[in-house]
Amino acid sequence: MNQLRRTLLKFSGAALAVGTGLLKAGEVFAAAWNKPAFESKAVADALKNLGAPNLIESKDIIITAPDIAENGAVVPIAVTSKIPNTQSISIIAEKNPFPLTSTHDVANGGEGYVSIRLKIGETSNVRAVVKADGKFYTAVKEVKITIGGCG
Amino acid sequence: MSGIRSSIAVIALACVSAVAFAQGSSADPLAVGRQMLAEDNPGELWVDKGKNLFYEMRGPKKASLEQCDFGLGPGKLEGATTRLPRYFPDTDKVQDLESRLLTCMVQLQGFKREDIVRRAISPAGSSGSDVEALAIYITSRSNGMKMNVSLSHQKEYDMYKAGEYLFYRRSGQTDFACVQCHGESNKRIRLQDLVNMTDKKQIQEVVSTWPAYRGAHYVVRTMQWRLYDCFWQMRLPELNYVSDASIALTTYLHYQGNGAVIQVPGFKR
Amino acid sequence: MAEPMKIRATLQVDTADVRILMQHPMETGQRKDAKGEIVPMHFIQNVVITHNGKTVLDAQWSQAISRNPFLGLRVKGARAGDRISVTWTDNKGDTRTDEVAVAAPS
Repeated sequence: MNQLRRTLLKFSGAALAVGTGLLKAGEVFAAAWNKPAFESKAVADALKNLGAPNLIESKDIIITAPDIAENGAVVPIAVTSKIPNTQSISIIAEKNPFPLTSTHDVANGGEGYVSIRLKIGETSNVRAVVKADGKFYTAVKEVKITIGGCG
Repeated sequence: MSGIRSSIAVIALACVSAVAFAQGSSADPLAVGRQMLAEDNPGELWVDKGKNLFYEMRGPKKASLEQCDFGLGPGKLEGATTRLPRYFPDTDKVQDLESRLLTCMVQLQGFKREDIVRRAISPAGSSGSDVEALAIYITSRSNGMKMNVSLSHQKEYDMYKAGEYLFYRRSGQTDFACVQCHGESNKRIRLQDLVNMTDKKQIQEVVSTWPAYRGAHYVVRTMQWRLYDCFWQMRLPELNYVSDASIALTTYLHYQGNGAVIQVPGFKR
Repeated sequence: MAEPMKIRATLQVDTADVRILMQHPMETGQRKDAKGEIVPMHFIQNVVITHNGKTVLDAQWSQAISRNPFLGLRVKGARAGDRISVTWTDNKGDTRTDEVAVAAPS
């Protein structure tokens, strides 16, 4: 990871805890937060902006998620990558207005595993994109979204 | 009776998708999601908040709640909520956890009763009320212990009987009684499983998991809120916070759930 | 003010199972409040997790992460007592850091 950014992050806690902060919102992460990818409306564009236009289907990526989610605002998704030298896991909710939900870079013993909770607007494929040894792999699982309850 | 039952069934069928499944069956497609959410429950954050609030010097009297008597003596929290609701001689009333909290926040800390009542049930998506956090912290101090409500005092028994009466009484524009939705197993409204509160195991599951983090509201909710919301769903007049009716129903339900092992925070959708 | 996180880090052989509960509104910027006004975007954009000072996870999040987020991860090569530090930063520049020690299995 970028050494300058690591330093900035170390200090951002102290600076911003005071309330004023030396850095304007968004300044630290101009390089880090992948705006084009997160603002892509089409899955293909999100993948292109992730630098992953070509994906290899892989059975070594396991997506743990409910078949039916009671509440589309809190959908638990876990991704396990058994692919050696996993560098990052991105998660895409294909029917969301902005499909890319997150990217998790791992290093220094951080395993190819992440568990999060997503807002998913409608029944959709949830796609995991794993970067390992510079190549991109993928797996997909459909999650049905319901509202649940009356009244 | 059967007319209402069949209209509930019609509503349920109209709302739900083609695949039907029995509550608790191994093929339950909702189970995975529920388990993943319950394993890491944001309600734990509220337990921590409640603990801080409990010991903090608050209110005009700048006092903590350490001298509050929840039935086992001032400051004794372990097991206290297993015995609630119960009769308290100092107020000469049967009180549940929240009404007892109200008593202590007014008497020990000097808060105004109306102010607490107004903020007790927080807006969905907020960081929650002090009452909600305190209620879940105090209940968590009975985690692992069994619900053990006693009706040995006449007023406790009267409250229980009043709660039982309310549970079975049809009222309001829908002519519903609690028992109509909660008197049979394997029923649901859309995808909301309906607890059969006349079944011992199912009512124990209920009383052991409140207060709970309500996923759709992003805050912790208490039994007072749950009853209030049921009344709203039944289109009955508003159930007032810590009213006799709410304490009667809580006494009835908790006693039915005696033996349940407390485990909070619960997680509800 | 940034609310504290709740972090659990338990050792399973030589891997730390880390679970983090955070409190944050994660507003998408598309929701309307009771008055009909748009609630502005306010969400955690970045989460950095270190193990004894070394970065093990560096996450970028969008508004699609649920309110009151959860994050689970695993760190190989951990020992009881190791430090796990979690820092989140949101689009307004607010930040929060919390730390725990890896606990031996009970």
